[in-house]
Amino acid sequence: MLKNRHVSGWLMASPLALVLVVFLIAPILMIVVVSFWGATEWSIYPAFLWDNYEFLLTSEVTYRVFLNTFKYAFITWVFALGIGFTVAYFLAFHVRSLTWQVALFLLCTIPFWTSNIIRMISWIPFLGRNGLANSALISWGVIDEPLEWLLFSDFSVILAFVHLYTLFMVVPIFNTMMRIDKSLIEAAADAGASGWQTLWHVIVPLTKPGIMIGTIFVVTLVMGDFITVRFMSGSQSANVGRMIQNDIGLLQYPSASATAVILLITVLMVIGILLRFVDIRREL
Amino acid sequence: MRSELDLELVGLTKRYGDVTAVDAISYLFKAGTYACLLGPSGCGKSSTLRMIAGHESVSDGAVRLSRRDISALPPAARGTAMMFQNYALFPHLSVADNVAFSLRMKGVGAPTRKARAAEMLALVDMAEFGDRVPAQLSGGQQQRVALARALITEPQVLLLDEPLSALDPFLRIRMRAELKRLQRELGITFIHVTHSQDEALALADEIVVMNNAVIEQAGPTRAVFEAPKTAFVARFLGSHNVIALPEGKIAVRADALQLNPPEGAKLQGKITNIEYQGTHVSLTAAIAGDQEVTAILSDRDFFGAPKDLGEAVGLDWDKQAAHALTA
Repeated sequence: MLKNRHVSGWLMASPLALVLVVFLIAPILMIVVVSFWGATEWSIYPAFLWDNYEFLLTSEVTYRVFLNTFKYAFITWVFALGIGFTVAYFLAFHVRSLTWQVALFLLCTIPFWTSNIIRMISWIPFLGRNGLANSALISWGVIDEPLEWLLFSDFSVILAFVHLYTLFMVVPIFNTMMRIDKSLIEAAADAGASGWQTLWHVIVPLTKPGIMIGTIFVVTLVMGDFITVRFMSGSQSANVGRMIQNDIGLLQYPSASATAVILLITVLMVIGILLRFVDIRREL
Repeated sequence: MRSELDLELVGLTKRYGDVTAVDAISYLFKAGTYACLLGPSGCGKSSTLRMIAGHESVSDGAVRLSRRDISALPPAARGTAMMFQNYALFPHLSVADNVAFSLRMKGVGAPTRKARAAEMLALVDMAEFGDRVPAQLSGGQQQRVALARALITEPQVLLLDEPLSALDPFLRIRMRAELKRLQRELGITFIHVTHSQDEALALADEIVVMNNAVIEQAGPTRAVFEAPKTAFVARFLGSHNVIALPEGKIAVRADALQLNPPEGAKLQGKITNIEYQGTHVSLTAAIAGDQEVTAILSDRDFFGAPKDLGEAVGLDWDKQAAHALTA
């Protein structure tokens, strides 16, 4: 029976398929199923109700929170792209020796030797009311009063996001840039292109797939995050992840599931739109 | 006769740290010449070309074109254009946009760009391919596009870096005829870097043979081939025997050797190899001093008086066929 090509093909595909079914498909199905269940203050019960979705989609809070999530994702993306592209460009085109490229690249990854949460929390003594940043600014005479918006604000949330996720932009962009044939840059110079023209007409178009992969990383990470928002906003701002976390804290699993399903659909739509712009298959 | 558009290298030098890649070479390329820089890899020919193009800084000396020193100018301001070894076409742009790239950088309007690109593509026989992207073209077609892209800047000097090395042998011979035709039509200077002596002999009006960072010998192709000055040039151009005689080294063309009876001949030897090559026969003979010489005989001469392996032969040549070598 093993000689049958169809059977052996299925068998070879089955380990991965099994892993995906158990750890990806089944949990998602479970969430979808639970999202239709009913809930009271003290119990949840299997059912097929649209109540959770109805409540979610008619509540003004939902729209505000989703909008806030998009805002975080967009602003983080802008900064991550700006910094990530610059760093990758510097590494790929200005650092000449491969040894230095590798060394500097590893340097970028050093912060990742500690956990996300520790890196996040380490901002708090820096940005706090009597933190390093405020004391330094006061002692330099730049400000008289401590800046209140440095910590537990949208500023600190986005700062932490940019800090945590810019590397996810650097890596794919650097990877794509390293594949650009250096003679293309010379050919552009030969055709009279200035540095900026080369950047805009040659390097940026050829780096698009890397930018797109980095964008997908950053957008999905920020949209699914809840812990950064919680710590860095001091529980004063909300995003979708926080909303789900709150529901779970109140044991409102059906409502949390419905929110999760909507978030999943939203993120998939965003990625779908992004993929329409750039073909990333070349990079995979 | 010196002309306005002559390209002159004056003591041109390239150093990478302690290594001298090009050592103070000087040469005058007359306007409208097809010149080949010929030499083994690492001889400095590519560095020389890249210094002329402006993609490599000049350590010392100067590159002069149209009576001005262009060695500090950016590539596009020199009046040269370069065709890269791997063509370096922009993969994200269509063929027409590739060709018109330099016009776009200058801010030329789209209609003019399109018309000029079409003109250049017609010149290289690629008119109907303007809408494709480079990945959809064969190697030969990509090369034509690269040529059109270089020529659209109306350069006085076109620099070609191993332009034929990426092509298969059949295409190479076709493209080589094409290059020659274009050069004749445009009347501009072509400087073509190659390590293939066939290519150089077939194309060049003048060849510059380089070795170890210096010019070994340069001049009109035929003059160099007919009278190599050093053993390196004689060997590199091929079809020559370098023979060490008591009075010094000489170069004799393989087809200038005559086979005679051993008695009374200039050299005595023993045949070690016979290769039939269609129109001619190539004979290798071992001579005194552990040397080998190759004689090329026409098939008629050889089969008129066939020789066998191991047979003793005498080798002679006309006095004017021997060239004394300096090194």
